[in-house]
Amino acid sequence: MAAISVDPPDASRNLRAQRGYTYTFLSDQDAAVIKRYDLLHPKAGPDEHDVARPAEFLIDPSGTVRWVNLTESYWIRPTPEQLLQATNALR
Amino acid sequence: MATGGKPGWNWLLWAGFALSVIAFLSYFAFFVEFPSTRNFPWANLLLFAIAAGLLSTGIRRAFQRRQGYRGKIFGPILAGLSALIFGFFVFAIFVAARYMPASAAAPRVGATAPEFTLTDSDNKPVSLANLLTQPIGEAAPKGVMLVFYRGYW
Repeated sequence: MAAISVDPPDASRNLRAQRGYTYTFLSDQDAAVIKRYDLLHPKAGPDEHDVARPAEFLIDPSGTVRWVNLTESYWIRPTPEQLLQATNALR
Repeated sequence: MATGGKPGWNWLLWAGFALSVIAFLSYFAFFVEFPSTRNFPWANLLLFAIAAGLLSTGIRRAFQRRQGYRGKIFGPILAGLSALIFGFFVFAIFVAARYMPASAAAPRVGATAPEFTLTDSDNKPVSLANLLTQPIGEAAPKGVMLVFYRGYW
């Protein structure tokens, strides 16, 4: 699992230390990858900062997308159970 | 309670107003941490319902037992403010949060995920290919879950 946002690396490092997250955090500060995935939510952050809209993609080893979740509300996110169920598609 | 003389303190009104404020703030400060109380804010809606009950009981006793309790003026004011807080909560959770980009060009099931290289929290470059090939322990990964999130800034 890898989490991607516009947060700088040191913000992600603090978050991992604070919350005990062990998976990879990737910084896309200029939102280039977020734009490539068409997930840019312009001016939705503080100070009208561009951020990513929440989205989850399951990618198999060949690089093919196997499962996508584009939530309709940013307060609604997949539960850990839903993510685990999605990974069953890889077995 | 208060009978005759000075009308008694109508604590139900203040408790109802305070609970409305708590019902609003506790979603963002606490309940948002747990999927079961975040995805549908039932705990906060329950707190708002209890607040409404306290306020309506307080207002009823202020008007029905005129000599008994205070609150004929500030009761409706506190109830109005609580209704505004509730309205703002409903708007923030159920309306404003749905204004999101359509993401019509986002990769779909069956498509090839666009390759990328980004910096991890130790300032090391990590590519999608790395994520898909670097062994986890002994075993090759069966895939990767990419989670895009808004960030904590």
